[in-house]
Amino acid sequence: MRILGISAFYHDSAAALVEDGRIVAAAQEERFTRRKHDAGFPRRASQFCLGEAGTNLSGVDLVVFYDKPFIKFERLLETYLAVAPRGFASFRMAMPVWLKEKLFQKNLLRRELRQMPGGDEWNAKLWFTEHHQSHAASAFFASPFEEAAILTMDGAGEWCTTSFGMGRGNTLEIVKEIHFPHSLGLLYSAFTYYTGFKVNSGEYKVMGLAPYGEPNYVQTILENIVDMKADGTFRLDQSYFDYCTGLTMTSGKFDSLFGGPPRRPEQPLTQREMDLAASIQVVTEEAVSRLARSIARETGQRNLCLAGGVALNCVANGKLVRERIFNKIWIQPAAGDAGGAVGAALAAYYQGCGGARLPLNGHLDHMQGAYLGPEFTQAVIERDLREAGAIFEVLDEHEVIERSAESLADSKAVGWMQGRMEFGPRALGARSILADARSPTMQRMLNLKVKYRESFRPFAPSILREDVAEWFEIDEDSPYMLLVADVTEQHRRQMAAAEVNMFGIEKLNVLRSDIPAVTHVDYSARVQTVHRETNPRYHALISAFKARTGCPTIVNTSFNVRGEPIVCDARDAFRCFMGTEIEVLVAGNCFLRKEQQNQNLKLDYKSKFELD
Amino acid sequence: MEFITELVRFMGERKKYWLIPILLTVALFGFLIVITQGTAIAPFIYTLF
Repeated sequence: MRILGISAFYHDSAAALVEDGRIVAAAQEERFTRRKHDAGFPRRASQFCLGEAGTNLSGVDLVVFYDKPFIKFERLLETYLAVAPRGFASFRMAMPVWLKEKLFQKNLLRRELRQMPGGDEWNAKLWFTEHHQSHAASAFFASPFEEAAILTMDGAGEWCTTSFGMGRGNTLEIVKEIHFPHSLGLLYSAFTYYTGFKVNSGEYKVMGLAPYGEPNYVQTILENIVDMKADGTFRLDQSYFDYCTGLTMTSGKFDSLFGGPPRRPEQPLTQREMDLAASIQVVTEEAVSRLARSIARETGQRNLCLAGGVALNCVANGKLVRERIFNKIWIQPAAGDAGGAVGAALAAYYQGCGGARLPLNGHLDHMQGAYLGPEFTQAVIERDLREAGAIFEVLDEHEVIERSAESLADSKAVGWMQGRMEFGPRALGARSILADARSPTMQRMLNLKVKYRESFRPFAPSILREDVAEWFEIDEDSPYMLLVADVTEQHRRQMAAAEVNMFGIEKLNVLRSDIPAVTHVDYSARVQTVHRETNPRYHALISAFKARTGCPTIVNTSFNVRGEPIVCDARDAFRCFMGTEIEVLVAGNCFLRKEQQNQNLKLDYKSKFELD
Repeated sequence: MEFITELVRFMGERKKYWLIPILLTVALFGFLIVITQGTAIAPFIYTLF
């Protein structure tokens, strides 16, 4: 039985194909259209997924959309009614879109599907799952657990913003929900907006900024804005927010509470933004931690699955792991709305059709390392590069690894495009920019000359699974870069008193460990463990780097610049390579050095993408 | 027509028939907004509130 899952029309459209319970393929539309967070119908992603299964739409038994538009519309209406006459500006913006398009999503989906190859023969059913059901299904059915508690947290689905449930075998039951407008995701987004970053994409930046600040505003937040109960449930005082009634996240009362208007985008960051980021991070961690404790108490479960945008807060996840509330925690790598496509398809297969759970067969989980996207043959990569005017060598397997490791050891930034593209927001060694984590200048160089992004933002390490406990205070699988852990004492550098007392962004200039490029200012790192079973080539590369340097960890950042979707094919990779200061590109078995390329092909890449 | 049927079934399922008058009003306002696509309608609606 083939089921196509679709997530679309809000942000991060995606498609996923599930065949008899196995996730065959999944991809985000933005990777094909090259529009970041593309919200359109995922036509190309769907075609890719169907192609992976060797079929077209006529071979699909069921198409499932990841949320229920009518219930979302009901929420909108009831919210406008509750706050009327305030909210008219928002109402006037929203209604034309809903009345023209969103309310008729079933027809829109049918129309789009019929235009796809095989669409004229497609006459199967179109189902809709609830938003948080999709998240929960993506967390539990893709996890390695036969039985687990499930916690989903995001901005808002239809009504639900936080849910907890139980998964057993092929069943999943949502037990409790917290409803809009009380939302952990929207609370975090409000602070994202207030600190001058873009809602829906800048939340990572707030999390990255938090260690530079002091959590001075925690009490202010808890005493005024968030009423957090002992079990982690919460209510937000809506007078501080504007998302129900207006066109911004926060209200004038919020500004007064924190002493001024929101920071404007691209204005310099001050200590206030850093302290606010630190404070909202602490509040979020506390809420997640309390929720997890109460779920553990109520269910008696020892396994927990997480999904929803808030589950991408890897600092909170890392804290949850360290607190040992659960024995095992599994987080869906595509925890945001894109992952809803996988969840919708899995929910339909298991809950709707009663399919039996698949055995793990020695795999870590059912996500295949999140390598679910397109892969290109060596012949296609060579053709694409040749057409783009690239000058390259074709190496054998052994040489690819050795030459790449040598480049990394020489402190070169290496573009690495190998195998199937990742599904979800993280690059996991298939479409990555790699570098030497030991270099003291690498963090700044990568931020300013390769990624063109804010200098405070940290980079994440990829480390061989077998070596993780020696370098980081964690001994768990973290294949999806969703857990944060501190660098171990033995690899930290003793700091002088003056360095310890540094404040705010000054902290960035202090060398803190043997791997400074991936050590954040609080010694933390967003760790990716690399497993031979899921990505043998990447594992071989890091092993070769370790053989040369003694260091089993390298910098891994997504292969793109700020505002650009992660590269998909060799043409995208070559464009990004020529537009930035990446020095080496390894695409399949093709090896390219920047200095050997036609310099006329260099691009002005920096201004090509709208800043995120 | 299918849309109307589904909308009625949806309201029955969720026991929200009380939404019908609101929906009709909203549909009317929405229709006016879509038709006018401008700000001219705003004062008219404000006076209703």
